[in-house]
Amino acid sequence: MSAYTADEMMAVEAARRIDDGTVCFVGIGLPSLAANLARHTHAPGCVLVYESGAIGAKPEALPLSIGDGELAETADTVVSVPEMFGYWLQGGRIDVGFLGAAQIDRHGNLNSTVIGAYDSPAVRLPGGGGAPEIALSVGEVFVMLRHSTRAFVEQLDFTTSLGDDVRVVVTDLGILEPIDGELTLVAVHPGVDADAAREATGWELIVADDLRQTEPPTEAELSALRSLQTRTAA
Amino acid sequence: MTIPLSEAVSLLVRDGDVVALEGFTHLIPHAAGHELIRQGRRDLTLVRMTPDLVYDQLIGMGCARKLVFSWGGNPGVGSLHRLRDAVEHGWPQPLELEEHSHAGMAAAYAAGAANLPFGVLRGYRGGDLRGHTRIAGVTCPFTGEELAAVPAHRPDVGIVHAQRADRRGNVQLWGILGVQKEVVLASSRALVTVEEIVDELTPVPGAIVLPSWTIDAVCVAPRGAHPSYAHGYYDRDNDFYVAWDAISRDRSSFGAWMDENVLSTVAA
Repeated sequence: MSAYTADEMMAVEAARRIDDGTVCFVGIGLPSLAANLARHTHAPGCVLVYESGAIGAKPEALPLSIGDGELAETADTVVSVPEMFGYWLQGGRIDVGFLGAAQIDRHGNLNSTVIGAYDSPAVRLPGGGGAPEIALSVGEVFVMLRHSTRAFVEQLDFTTSLGDDVRVVVTDLGILEPIDGELTLVAVHPGVDADAAREATGWELIVADDLRQTEPPTEAELSALRSLQTRTAA
Repeated sequence: MTIPLSEAVSLLVRDGDVVALEGFTHLIPHAAGHELIRQGRRDLTLVRMTPDLVYDQLIGMGCARKLVFSWGGNPGVGSLHRLRDAVEHGWPQPLELEEHSHAGMAAAYAAGAANLPFGVLRGYRGGDLRGHTRIAGVTCPFTGEELAAVPAHRPDVGIVHAQRADRRGNVQLWGILGVQKEVVLASSRALVTVEEIVDELTPVPGAIVLPSWTIDAVCVAPRGAHPSYAHGYYDRDNDFYVAWDAISRDRSSFGAWMDENVLSTVAA
């Protein structure tokens, strides 16, 4: 088995949760990597939807922005932004939405708006963008976020989107899923123990009794992932 | 119908106006934004779903009093440093924010285009944004469902870039469409920059046409979206988006870049 990075483990584990035929609302960065990896491995029929209006995009390389030209060129159809958020997202046609954030709390609520007070922020973040209505309108929300006490906080500085439909949080240390309304550590990645995840969490993290270990990336997964990244760098 | 960009900006945009430069990653009217900066427009309320480099530049140059937006970052790169400096430190002047979600902005533009007073959506639920923006709850008269009402966007001036126009000023654009049609129809005055003027608008899959009578000025601005892109003409300059992070991080390097690349240049 080859060595792999924590980000690669995150992308592989998120990709495994996408079924063939799943309609995914995809953001930039790790979610786009995960969704495209799924499409290039076990889920060739998953449908990638980018908020810029590209439905069924099939990029060969990863876009830097959600509106890169290759997304429109390879899409089944391109729709306007009001149509995207109206007919497609609010219309209930999206199975899975990926979200990231600066902060998450134990209920899966997310902050991507400000650190500090809204009117005098220490750090003004980009803001919610599509996230508030993605969190309300898709069937299931997948969150991808690197584990740290800065990100996994007891109290959000601002609630940008609600955690009601968060089904999984994939981190660089393991997997959290809501159990009785609270994010619970259900799996750790190879070489990580529960204490490492506890230390990187800003609240008293509940660990599942039957804590699992995620399967390391297979050669096939790593090879597909890296060839995607090679094409992106080219 | 086709007039120079400098003349169009001078005719259509006044200090204090509500101005929306749109283009969702694609077809962002950078050349027109630069002309606003060169003409020294002040106290603008800038409306845009995704304040991009062009709004970072307008804000950093002191053109804006208020920003109405839903996502203010450098896509795939990080922060907009001039926007952050204005919000966090009031430099070069304080910036009032009216913040929405993408779905709310899209509904507000569509309502504006339709001459309705507000857009309606199943949004802004829970979350803290509803305490910091202009929305209200509304009850569906048929089902009793609680929905969100967002006031229509009716900018004084809407500005977009497009691929091309014909000699009568009909504009054709394709690729990622964003809210280009909605902002033109929602605004009191509309300015469109294009890559080129052609004799005939031959059909292109997925293209839309904005008839000349919906637009006040069409201006030829080749590469007028750069570093954004014009589908079929040139690609997004992703390297420049990455480079902007360092250029804009510091007030003096930002100022030097604007002097050299905007203030000491003229519109096409």
